[in-house]
Amino acid sequence: MAVLAQKKPTTIFEKLADETWRRKFLRNVLIPWLFIAPLLIIHIFVVAIPAVQGVYMSMTDWGGINPNVNFIGLENYHKLLFEDHSFGKSLNNNINWMLFFLTVPFILALFCATMLSQIKRGGMIYRSILFIPYVLASVVTTTIWKNLLNPKDGILATTARALGIEGFEVAFLGRTDTALISIAFIDNWHFWGFLMILFLASMQSIPPVLYDAAKIDGANRWEEFRHVTLPGIRPIVLFMFMMVAIWSFLAFDYIWLITQGGPGGASEVIATQLYKNAFQRFEAGYAAAQGVVISIFAGFIILVFVMLRRRGWDI
Amino acid sequence: MSAIGKVSLRDNILQRGQRKERGKLLVFNHAVLLVLTAFAVIPLLVLAFNSLKTELEIGQNPLGPPTRIVIENFPTAWEEGDFAITMRNSVIYVVATIAAELVLGGLAAYALARKKPPGSDLLMLYFLIASTIPVWMYIVPLFVQMRMMKMLGTFHGLILIYIAGNAPLTIFLLRSYMIDLPRELEDAARVDGANEFQVLTRIVLPLTKPGFLTVGLVVGLGVWNEYTLALTFVHDPNRFPVTTSFAKFVDRFDTNWALTSAGAIIILFPVMVLFLALQRQFIEGLAEGGIKT
Repeated sequence: MAVLAQKKPTTIFEKLADETWRRKFLRNVLIPWLFIAPLLIIHIFVVAIPAVQGVYMSMTDWGGINPNVNFIGLENYHKLLFEDHSFGKSLNNNINWMLFFLTVPFILALFCATMLSQIKRGGMIYRSILFIPYVLASVVTTTIWKNLLNPKDGILATTARALGIEGFEVAFLGRTDTALISIAFIDNWHFWGFLMILFLASMQSIPPVLYDAAKIDGANRWEEFRHVTLPGIRPIVLFMFMMVAIWSFLAFDYIWLITQGGPGGASEVIATQLYKNAFQRFEAGYAAAQGVVISIFAGFIILVFVMLRRRGWDI
Repeated sequence: MSAIGKVSLRDNILQRGQRKERGKLLVFNHAVLLVLTAFAVIPLLVLAFNSLKTELEIGQNPLGPPTRIVIENFPTAWEEGDFAITMRNSVIYVVATIAAELVLGGLAAYALARKKPPGSDLLMLYFLIASTIPVWMYIVPLFVQMRMMKMLGTFHGLILIYIAGNAPLTIFLLRSYMIDLPRELEDAARVDGANEFQVLTRIVLPLTKPGFLTVGLVVGLGVWNEYTLALTFVHDPNRFPVTTSFAKFVDRFDTNWALTSAGAIIILFPVMVLFLALQRQFIEGLAEGGIKT
């Protein structure tokens, strides 16, 4: 024992000279890190470095192509928040988008998952069919609904005409008052089944004993939902509240594919504005500032949830 | 005796009551679910119907099934939409991303789950934070960086972006699968004289196959359907994936529903075949993936 202790290397040179230490280092440190390195390097190259550059770029007046770059501090942010009225409008649209997605798909998914969780036979078939829209590409979904919402031959127009109801031959996607909510409706058609599957999986992991106990206590269906189901699935509901709130500030592809922010900016959101600033108007610095602002919103939402959790809101 | 009899009698009544109640309620449940199922399916049915009609018929009969089935829309859409090229491109993006993600992610996850080198916790924190950074934060500088490195509009440029974007999800999922694997199996193999590489390929990989299948499906579906990054980083029609190419096709044939419907069916067909074959893995994988990112 004493001999071994004496031999134990201490300085880096002694360590390198010691063969067992070298072999251990190789096996427990170097090789594992070599396993991790390729993916980590790709990730740093694609995400971490550009993310840091983005913060710097947001403080310049760079256009994106010419080598002319000036550091202008927080001027882009000042312009964004106090001078650019279109940004306020976009932000407002993002908030409306968020209010839509924090209510409609959640209510739909909760209701449907509750219905589905009580079914024994045939549940799998419903589950699969209701999930199908979620695996479709955004280009496919938007193509389907652009056709269906057509004012002349669309599903609403045709059905309303057949029933003799007037007022539905409307270009829902081409009007300033209906464009944004129509796009949200289309995105939700694709999205809500995903939420439903998550809630259903969580409901199925609630011990049946709790439902039996509620029955014995004479709980009706609403009370059962309110006092057994809802507490059981609360963690996933709150987590998805956070994710959906974040995603609402990133919304892009459905809007871009259907209206590109139009008509007249009616469906413009921060991301579509950012895209135009960066790749069509060549205001890279200004676009980078918008990207940072989106990230700050996302970070703020996460912070709120972490704080609520700390306060004993067991999420 | 009597006490037991009472309890079982009560149970019986309770059960029968429940069964009765359930039976009544199920009608309502099925009614609701059928309405929601129709909401999910009717748009897809209309799409399928319209892809099999002439444009003329769509004008007269926009929603119902075709009176005469025509399949000409499919070859026409395939030609006009350059699907021969874009399908090939999308397959390249999907296969290359999945392959790289599984190999590199598998290696990293194995190191993190089993070897835990110093700094592992920091690395997990890095990926956790990175997974919350919106793409909008870095898309502009990334574009500039890709242009500087002459990777703009190349296959490997976009593939690298896809690999990085899916890296946190891959590592979290595969690592959790590997941690759940009992260590004894690996130790037993080592006792039998297997080296580290054999332990990985003969023991760990076969037993974590479901994890790799899940990640492959989630990543593959995401890349096949991806639009925003492809729109930003690829401008050469010869390297377009189906999504950005199809978006342009829809703009060009805006009012020709027969043709755009056929094109949409071409894109969703491979996804639907895979989905119907691997429903459970798809649904559970995407649910798991949705929570982990």
